[in-house]
Amino acid sequence: MNQLQNFTKGFFRENPLFVLVLGLCPALATTTSAINGLGMGIATTFVLLGSNTVVSLISKLIPDKVRIPSFIVIIASFVTIVDLLMNAYVPELYEKLGIFIPLIVVNCIVLGRAEAFASKNDLPTAFLDGLGMGLGFTMALGILGAFREIAGSGAIFNYKFINGDGILVFVLAPGAFIALGYLIAFINRIRKT
Amino acid sequence: MEYIIIVISAVLVNNIVLAQFLGVCPFMGVSNKVSTAVGMSGAVTFVMVLAAIVTYLIYTLILEKLGIVFMQTITYILIIASLVQMVEIVLKKISQPLYQALGIFLPLITTNCAVLGVAILVIKKEFNLIEGVVYSAATALGFGLALIILAGIREQLELADIPKGVKGAPVALIVAGILALAFMGFTGIV
Repeated sequence: MNQLQNFTKGFFRENPLFVLVLGLCPALATTTSAINGLGMGIATTFVLLGSNTVVSLISKLIPDKVRIPSFIVIIASFVTIVDLLMNAYVPELYEKLGIFIPLIVVNCIVLGRAEAFASKNDLPTAFLDGLGMGLGFTMALGILGAFREIAGSGAIFNYKFINGDGILVFVLAPGAFIALGYLIAFINRIRKT
Repeated sequence: MEYIIIVISAVLVNNIVLAQFLGVCPFMGVSNKVSTAVGMSGAVTFVMVLAAIVTYLIYTLILEKLGIVFMQTITYILIIASLVQMVEIVLKKISQPLYQALGIFLPLITTNCAVLGVAILVIKKEFNLIEGVVYSAATALGFGLALIILAGIREQLELADIPKGVKGAPVALIVAGILALAFMGFTGIV
């Protein structure tokens, strides 16, 4: 696999949300609008990049038995960095994403990439993989957020283009499950043909 | 009285999975059969209550005293991971039947965001220790309730004729959405 494929696989062929169906909790909870979804995606991308880079650099030094705990500590450190940075510079978004910022620690995508990919590959490959997977996840969250915002309130990026109310349920909790269900079904349909 | 409100709110009104989106991964992953759903709920209840107690004590007695609350995320995930390991070892020694029932689910719980989420929420909501225990037990109960209902529905769905693209994850998500819609009916009872 060349580096370009390695980078682009996160967007479509192995998209973490739509194809691998990982990272569901933040995907459902933070996509009430396109902006929130993108913000969450970028925070996750940062953690993924950091953890992939560090794991790939030091994976040979870590004894096999304490591999997973060490990865978790590395990931948790980057999550703490993101948490403090967002609290300082984008307090409004931080307030909205709330508990889901510290919960990036238990996002299966991050630990999954560290364990399955970064620990077995060299730095540039792991870096590109992290970037591709992170941006793929961000894109997926953006699409889901945009879909819910358009359907739920007739607006996109807070710009209202339909007068009147949308289908409120799409902004609420049940709409998140239903919207993601139909989006995955739609993507399955495209992939098969 | 306030404990009853905490319980009703955590089980029905603000259900951890269907309203707060915590623990969706195991909710989707182990809801294929009712028997595994019951096992998973038991294991989650056990670890969630234990984790809430231990993290609460560590937070108030160590992190707050030393003024290093920003270490919360790292400390909590390490506590939960080691707690899960410890529970596994202890269960194996003292109760073989319980270990056989819950054993395979325990490693999965480390990455269950509901456990970490509840530990953080107990601090965020400024509960005391007893309220924290009640809250975490009720949350685990709500998780089990949602998981077992979904498993029951999915067992029936196996026999249904579903279009190919919707099979698997999509139909589970849509059913979960309808379930969440039903749970929204509880809004406003506390």
